[in-house]
Amino acid sequence: MPPKRKSNISINIEDVGMEVDASDSGSEVEARRKAKNRRAKPQRKAKRVSDDDDEDEEEEDEDQSPRKRGRKKKAKPRDSEDDEDEEEDNRNVKRKSSKASRKKAKDESDEESEDEREKKKKGASKKDKEESNKEKGKGKGKQGKDVGAEKDKKKKKNRKLSSSFEEEEEEEEKSDEESLSEGEMAALKEEVEEKKKLIATLRNKPWRMKRRLTLLKEAQDFVEKFEGALGKGKGRKLFAFKVMMAKKLIKFKRDFENFKTACIPWERKIKDVESHFGSSVASYFIFLRWMYGLNMVLLGLMFGLVVVPEVLMGLPYGSIPRKTVPREEQATAMDYSVLSDFEGYFKYSILFYGYYNNERQIGLLKFRLPLSYLLVGVGIFGYSLMVVIRTMARNANEGGDGGDEGDFTFSWKMFTSWDYLIGNSETADNKYASITTSFKESIVDEQMNQKDENIHLRRFLRVLANVLILLCLGGSGYLIYYVVKRSQVFANMNKDDLTWMEKNEVEFVMSLLGLVCPPLFEAIAELEDYHPRIALKWQLGRIFALFLGNLYTFLFALFDEVNAKEFVKLTVSDIQVTYLTILVGDFLRAVIVRFLNYCWCWDLEAGFPSYGEFDISGNVLGLIFNQGMIWMGAFYAPGLVGLNILRLLSSMYFQCWAVMCTNVPHERVFKASGSNNFYMGLLLLVLFLSLLPVVYTIMTLSPSFDCGPFSGQEKMYDVVMETIDQDLPAFIGNIFLYATNPGLIMPAVLLMVLALYYLNAVSKGYQQANIDLKKKMQMARDEEKNRRNNKDSTNQVMKDLEDLLPNKSLIPPAAEEEPPPPDVVVDKGSRSPKVKPGAAGKGVHLQRDVSLAAPNPRDPVTRDLGPRRGPPGNAMGPQPGPGKGRGGGRGGGRGGGRGRGGPPRP
Amino acid sequence: MPELKDNPFRQRIAEVFSEDGEGNMTLDDFLDMFSVLSEMAPRDLKAYYAFKIYDFNNDDFICKSDLEKTLNKLTRNELTEDEVRMVCEKVIDEADLDNDGRLSLEDFQHMIVRAPDFLSTFHIRI
Repeated sequence: MPPKRKSNISINIEDVGMEVDASDSGSEVEARRKAKNRRAKPQRKAKRVSDDDDEDEEEEDEDQSPRKRGRKKKAKPRDSEDDEDEEEDNRNVKRKSSKASRKKAKDESDEESEDEREKKKKGASKKDKEESNKEKGKGKGKQGKDVGAEKDKKKKKNRKLSSSFEEEEEEEEKSDEESLSEGEMAALKEEVEEKKKLIATLRNKPWRMKRRLTLLKEAQDFVEKFEGALGKGKGRKLFAFKVMMAKKLIKFKRDFENFKTACIPWERKIKDVESHFGSSVASYFIFLRWMYGLNMVLLGLMFGLVVVPEVLMGLPYGSIPRKTVPREEQATAMDYSVLSDFEGYFKYSILFYGYYNNERQIGLLKFRLPLSYLLVGVGIFGYSLMVVIRTMARNANEGGDGGDEGDFTFSWKMFTSWDYLIGNSETADNKYASITTSFKESIVDEQMNQKDENIHLRRFLRVLANVLILLCLGGSGYLIYYVVKRSQVFANMNKDDLTWMEKNEVEFVMSLLGLVCPPLFEAIAELEDYHPRIALKWQLGRIFALFLGNLYTFLFALFDEVNAKEFVKLTVSDIQVTYLTILVGDFLRAVIVRFLNYCWCWDLEAGFPSYGEFDISGNVLGLIFNQGMIWMGAFYAPGLVGLNILRLLSSMYFQCWAVMCTNVPHERVFKASGSNNFYMGLLLLVLFLSLLPVVYTIMTLSPSFDCGPFSGQEKMYDVVMETIDQDLPAFIGNIFLYATNPGLIMPAVLLMVLALYYLNAVSKGYQQANIDLKKKMQMARDEEKNRRNNKDSTNQVMKDLEDLLPNKSLIPPAAEEEPPPPDVVVDKGSRSPKVKPGAAGKGVHLQRDVSLAAPNPRDPVTRDLGPRRGPPGNAMGPQPGPGKGRGGGRGGGRGGGRGRGGPPRP
Repeated sequence: MPELKDNPFRQRIAEVFSEDGEGNMTLDDFLDMFSVLSEMAPRDLKAYYAFKIYDFNNDDFICKSDLEKTLNKLTRNELTEDEVRMVCEKVIDEADLDNDGRLSLEDFQHMIVRAPDFLSTFHIRI
C-alpha cells in the first residue's frame, strides 16, 4: 500500500477540511468535534492506514452503492458529499469489525486476509467501537439510521473485494434479502452487544447530559430494532433483570454496612463527643466502651458458670449456716446502714464467696460448682490477659501502617472531609464541629513540628521537672509508708482511745494526695512544654505511679485477712465519689458560671472559674484502677462483676451527658494517638499487679473451713486434683504428672525465651525496614516534586475531562482575547478546559490549520507533543511558528492540536 | 435535597454544574450533577468536578484565596486568621508539585486520588 498512501491521504485531508467547514455553524458543535478529535487521537494512525484501503474499496464500490442503499428500507440516501465524510470514521471502524467477523466465517484469498489481519490488529478493539459510537452520536441523527445501510454496504464491499467468489456471492446476496448471512449476524450481534454495553456504562462516561441522552436514545433504538431481528428480545429482559439485581445487591450491602455500624454500641454518642471535644476525649470513651465489652464477657463467665448454677441448683437461702444470717445479726440485717456496709443480708448472699457450698456436685446436672468456681476465677485472668495483649498487638499494627498519611494531612482534611451525604442539619453541625476540631488538632501537631527553640533550656527544664516530680512521688510514698506504719500501731491500741483523725488517717492522707498531686504534676509539666499528647502520657504515668502507692497501702493493710467485702465497698464508694465529683465539680460549676455570670463583677465564663475541661488522665486512671479492683475482687465476690457492669453502663451515659453539657473543649485540642495502647499498657500492668495476690492466695493459703466452695480442702487447687483423680481417666492424670515435672517445665520455659528473643529480633528487623521504606518514599516524593515541571501528561481521561466544563463564559472574554504573556504561558502550561465563545470563530480557523497540518506525516516532529504545555484555547499568539502546519496545530491548542496533530509519524 | 441544603459548598456546586455558571440549573444540569455525584461515576470525573467546586474564582487553579474560602466554609469561620493562613500554606506545601504556589488540576488529582475518603464522601445517594 505505501505508494498509494499519499494520494489517499490527500483525500483524507479534504474530507477533514470539509468536516470542519460543516461544523462551522456553532461553537458547541465545534467543541464536541474537538473533543471527538482529541479522543480519536490514539486511533488516528490506525484509521489512516485503514482509510487507505477503504478508499480503494469505496471507489470500486461506487457503482454498487445505490443498490445497497436501496436494499435497506429506512436507509437515507447518501447523496451529499458531506454525509459521506462524516460517516467516514464510523464506516472504517465498522468495516474493520465486520470484516473481522467475516473472516472467521469465511475463507478468503491470501491477499485479502492479510489485509484484514492488519486491520484487525490495529482497529477492532473495543475502544474503537466506543469511539465510533460516540462519534455517531455527535454527528447528525441520521447517522444512526444509516447504520443498517452501512452494514450492508460494507458487506458488499468485502464481497466485491473477494472477487474470485463474486459470482457465488451475487447469488448469496439474493438469498440475503430474506435471511441474514452468518457473518452479518455475527457482526450485528456484536454491534448490539456493543450498544448494550454502551447503555450500561453510559452513566460512567464523562459527557454532558445532552449528549448522553442523545447517545442513549440512539443506542436504545438500535438495540430495539436489531435485537428483534436477531431473536434476542429475551436478552434485554435478562439484562434489565441483571442490572436490577446488581442494584439491589449494592443497596443490600449498604444497608448491611449501616446495620453493622448501628450495632456498635454508643457509636453515635462517642462521635458526638469526638466532634466537639476531639479524639483525645473520645479515646477515653472508646476505652470505656472496650472495658464494658471486656466486663460483659467476664460477667458472662462468672454468672453463667458460677452464680446462676448456684441460684438454680444449689441449696436455697437458709438451708445451711453459711447461707443464713446468724441469729444475733437478724435484727439489724435489713438496716440501711448495715446493708450499705455490705453486711447483713448482703453478706450472706450470692454476692460473696462465703455463700457458696462445697458440695462437689450440685443439682440434676451434677454440676461441679467448686471446680467451676476455681476455673472461672483463673479463667477471668486468662481471658483478660489474652484480650488485652491481643488488642495491644492489633493496635500496634494499625499504628504502624498509618505512617504515610502525613503526606497530605491538611489537603485531605480540606478537600475530602465534608461528607456530601450529610442531609440533616444536626449532623451537619456536628460535622462542622468535628472538621474544626480535627483542623485544630492538626494545627497543634504542626505548630509543635515547626517550633524551634533553645533546646538546651528545654532540656534543662525537662530534667528539672522530672526531678521535681520524683521528689513529689518520693515524698508522697514516704508519707504513705509513714501513715501505714502509724495505723498499724493504732490498730493494736484500743479503738476507743483513738480520735476520728487517727482512725481515718490513712484514707485521709490518700485522698489528700490524690487531690493535690495530679494538679501539681500538671503544673510542673508546664515546664516541659511537651506536645499535649505526650504530656498526657507523662501525666498518666506519673499519676499511675502515685496511685501504685495507694495500691500498696491497700494490699498491706488488708491483705492478711482478705475481705471480699472491702472490694465491694471500695468499688461502690469509688462510684459515689466519681459521680459526686462530676455533679459538683462540673455540673454545679457550670451552672454557677453560666447563671451567676449575669450578676457578677467579672466575666465568669472567660475569667477565673470558667467551665471545666474533661480530665482525661484522671478518668482513664480511675477506670483502670477500678478494673484492677474488679479483677482482684471478682474471685472473692462474684457479684462484683455485675456491679461493675452497672457502673460502666451508667458512667457511659452519665459522663457523655456531663461532657457534652458541662465541659468545654481543651484549650489545645489534640489528636489522640491512633491506638490507645498507652491505656492498654497501664491496664496490663494493673492486671498483672492484681493477678499476683489472687494467685498467691489460691496457691498458698488454705481456704477457711466453714464457708466458700473450697471449705474442707487443704488448698484451693485441690479441687482440680480431685477431679483429675476421680473423674478423668488415669492417663490424663499421668499426663498432668509429667507436665508438672520440672524437667519438662525448664526446657519449655527456655524454649519460650528463645522464641521470644527470635521474634523480637525479627520485629526489630521489620521495623528497620519500615523506616527505610518510609524514607525512600519521602525521597521519591521529593524527587517527583522536583521533576514535575518537565513531565507531561498523556492521560486520556484528563483530556476527556477538558471539554466538560459547563460554562464557557465564566472568565471575562475581554481578558481572554488577549494572548497571555509568554512567561505565563510557559508557567501555566496546563489545560484550560474552557472554550470561550468569543474565540469560536478563531477556533474554527485554528482547526482548519490544524487539520491541514496534521496529515503531513513525514515531517519530523520538532516540538515535544507536550499536551500540558499547550496554552489554553486561543493562545496561539506567543507560540512559535503558528502560521503553517504543525506549529499552528500546537498553538491551536487543546482541541485540534491534540486530536489531529497527534502522532503523525509514519 | 437535604444533602444540598446542608452542604457548605451548595452555591458552588450549583454554579459549577449549571450551564450558565450562575447556579440556574436546567434539568439536564441537574441530572449531570447527580451523575457526577453518584457512586458509579469514575474517580477522575469526580476529582475534576471537585476541583471545579473548590476553584472559587474559576481561574483553573486553586489558589490561596480559594483555599481560605474553602476552609472558612468548612469550619464556619471558627479558626483564627493565623490558623487559616497556616493551614492554607500547609495545603499548598503538601499538594503543589510544580511549586507555583497554587494547585493545578493535576496537583489536585495527584493528591485526591490518594485520599482514602474521597470516593466515599464525594457522592450523594438519591
